[in-house]
Amino acid sequence: MPHPFVVQRSDDGDLSVLSLEGYLDAHTAPQFEKAIQDEIDAGRVRLIVDGAQLKYISSAGLGVFMSFIEEIRDKGGDIKICSLVPKVRQIFDILGFHAIYDMVESRPAAVQRFAEVPTREV
Amino acid sequence: MASIEQRFTLLVPSSTQNLALIRDFVTNVGFQAGLGDDDVAKLELAVDEACTNVIEHAHRNDLSKDVVVRATFDERTLRIEVVDTGEGFDPSKVPQETLEKLVANHRSGGLGLRVMKSLMDEVSYEIVPGDRNRLRMVKKLRKEV
Repeated sequence: MPHPFVVQRSDDGDLSVLSLEGYLDAHTAPQFEKAIQDEIDAGRVRLIVDGAQLKYISSAGLGVFMSFIEEIRDKGGDIKICSLVPKVRQIFDILGFHAIYDMVESRPAAVQRFAEVPTREV
Repeated sequence: MASIEQRFTLLVPSSTQNLALIRDFVTNVGFQAGLGDDDVAKLELAVDEACTNVIEHAHRNDLSKDVVVRATFDERTLRIEVVDTGEGFDPSKVPQETLEKLVANHRSGGLGLRVMKSLMDEVSYEIVPGDRNRLRMVKKLRKEV
């Protein structure tokens, strides 16, 4: 039985919030990929990825963040990552994601970060 | 006194659907070997990365092929072998580029090996052409005297 993974979408002002829940691995990464692609297709490129309920991530999940970031920033948007649990945050840190992505403690901090830095250079 | 070696083997069809089952297997073995929560989490991810490489690259998602995970531990080390009969995908041959370069080139390849090397004490790879390929990883157990 695969470990479950769910992406919930919501709005926070003009920002889109994708809340991840469960296990993000090579099996479930396509779901996350589709969720981001749907946002881009709808013209929404200011994304907060909320990882409060994300229990597990492998490099397949991290690869999804990497494959979209340039396109999103080219369109003037960004992905801000928030609320990761320590076990998951550790993997982002091992691969040096903090050099490329804004990762903050909470969703309000992610909203604040968008106000300060709407987009970044890749 | 020689320590008793314990061996465990899991054989599953080559599908990402079975990654959860593989993770449950190594997690259980890790706890049985005496690893703490943090090291078990590292083991779980390293084996996931190894098996994902096999399923997606060596076996190209061919369900008729099997992934074999062997775990062996004694009082000093926990050793993992991931065996496949695929095309001999050697993850160490994937260029290790910087994250910035991977993003710029729209590639995410090579992250798995980087994760494995960061989390395990040793990672090595052996290809026997026409026979099988074997990735070996070692985690030292903290039982120093």
